[in-house]
Amino acid sequence: MPMSKQQTKVLFTVVIFSVAIIAIAQQTSIRLPPDNAMAQLKSGTGEETARRDCGFCHSTDYIVIQPHLTAKQWDAEVQKMITVYGAVITPSDAKIISDYLAANYSNGSAPATKTETGDTSGSGKR
Amino acid sequence: MGMRFKSGVLDRRQFLHAAATGAVALGATLWGNRLLPGHALAFAEGVEDPLLSGRPLVRYPGKTDLILLTSRPPQLETPIKYFETAITPNEAFYVRYHIPPPTSVDLSTWRLKVTGQLDRPLELSMEDLQSKFPRTTVVAVNQCSGNGRGYFSPRVFGGQWANGAMGNAEWTGVRLRDLLSAAGVKQGAVEVTFNGLDQPVMRTTPDFVKSLTVSRIMQDPNVLIAYQMNGQPLPLLNGFPARLIVPGWYATYWVKNLSEITVLDKPFDGFWMTKAYLIPDNSCACVEPGTAAPHMVPINRMDVRSLIISPGAGERLPSGQTAAIKGITFDGGSGIRQVEVSVDKGATWHSAKLGKDLGNYSFREWSFDWKTPQKGSYTLMSRATNRMGETQRTDPRWNPAGYMRNVIEHVEVTVA
Repeated sequence: MPMSKQQTKVLFTVVIFSVAIIAIAQQTSIRLPPDNAMAQLKSGTGEETARRDCGFCHSTDYIVIQPHLTAKQWDAEVQKMITVYGAVITPSDAKIISDYLAANYSNGSAPATKTETGDTSGSGKR
Repeated sequence: MGMRFKSGVLDRRQFLHAAATGAVALGATLWGNRLLPGHALAFAEGVEDPLLSGRPLVRYPGKTDLILLTSRPPQLETPIKYFETAITPNEAFYVRYHIPPPTSVDLSTWRLKVTGQLDRPLELSMEDLQSKFPRTTVVAVNQCSGNGRGYFSPRVFGGQWANGAMGNAEWTGVRLRDLLSAAGVKQGAVEVTFNGLDQPVMRTTPDFVKSLTVSRIMQDPNVLIAYQMNGQPLPLLNGFPARLIVPGWYATYWVKNLSEITVLDKPFDGFWMTKAYLIPDNSCACVEPGTAAPHMVPINRMDVRSLIISPGAGERLPSGQTAAIKGITFDGGSGIRQVEVSVDKGATWHSAKLGKDLGNYSFREWSFDWKTPQKGSYTLMSRATNRMGETQRTDPRWNPAGYMRNVIEHVEVTVA
């Protein structure tokens, strides 16, 4: 029985689709979702610098999920990003970012410890 | 991600250009103002746990709804309900990258390069891996060094994981020692490094490379290059097309999206072995909070743990009934001797029944039938002991990086 025009079209589509499946079977690709919309930085002096320089390598949830430690610990964290992880941040921008993080994400009453995780020993877990 | 340039790595000039055009800030802002496409925003269960409350559930490629810790590079936590059974489904298995994962792998061009101090260096396709070496399988727990870091007190910086940075799967692949034997390890070789297809954003950021000693590999038939996870190809975000399996050791060694194995004639001095993932070199891997250890060593074997999965925190149970308290237990490979349960804050302990034994490296289910007493609040606890006699800590250890949590966990429930 000769195929109707519709059947031919369906068969053609199936063949094309199958070829496409075979062609991509060897390849696995993903598209990663956008950054977490819930991880907005608090507004304040230095927010834009922090978003630009920190956000270049990682989403801002890396900042907002952190416990509120001390200003000194935040500064050590910024220095670690530069000296250990190779972030390209000028000294003046680093100061702006440290001050911003201290003002918005630290707890002044938290006891300062001698082993800030900014110390590179055992702290490269990020 | 959007900011990966063609080379995958940016140099300083490209970075400054990108920064100057505002592309970075723009990208972050645009993404930041959008919800994930196609998914209603939902929140993680376990609102009883302040650490998890407010964290969105997200669906990444190849994964089901997981608890979002960080989006870029991705860190996704497994909801605890998936630990009701010993095998963790691939789609629910947690995700943790230090640097951006590959977003595409083409098996027609992918090769596993085995180079360095070898008589016959290899370049293996997936077909080579599957056809030229004996196939072997191990069921093993993969647990992040920082699993439970969010519960550290005093708190420490780092991924604020609850207890879902772990999973247990049946891994199938080839023995690494078979591979190295085929390549002929030269006299004087001491360490082997492992690199994957993940690449840092900045060229100045240390690439994620880990190492094991040659003797560790040659003595352990369970160290595998796995190309299957629970009988399926690995999800890309769990290491497709192949990942290193180091049963009993923390997940930092289980390099994903593996592409290069290099045999060295000297100890590897890379950042991720000598500066990161270090623990205090003492019997408890701990220090007094606020102090530093004089010597640090690379993290290694997992400590013994058990978790109560059901009932969940805050659950209400009827009085005068039999309630099954259930959970999982595991250690670094000696196997579990016993799990005990307390329903009175640790005053008395009762033996739990161990479930099916899937091997020394696997999660093992356990259960205990509790005759629920009179109405009131109760603290449930579980305590595992392994076959070497090691048991869980009564007081939590503390170390600066928040590693190796294994304290006896508490679950508060109400009998009503």
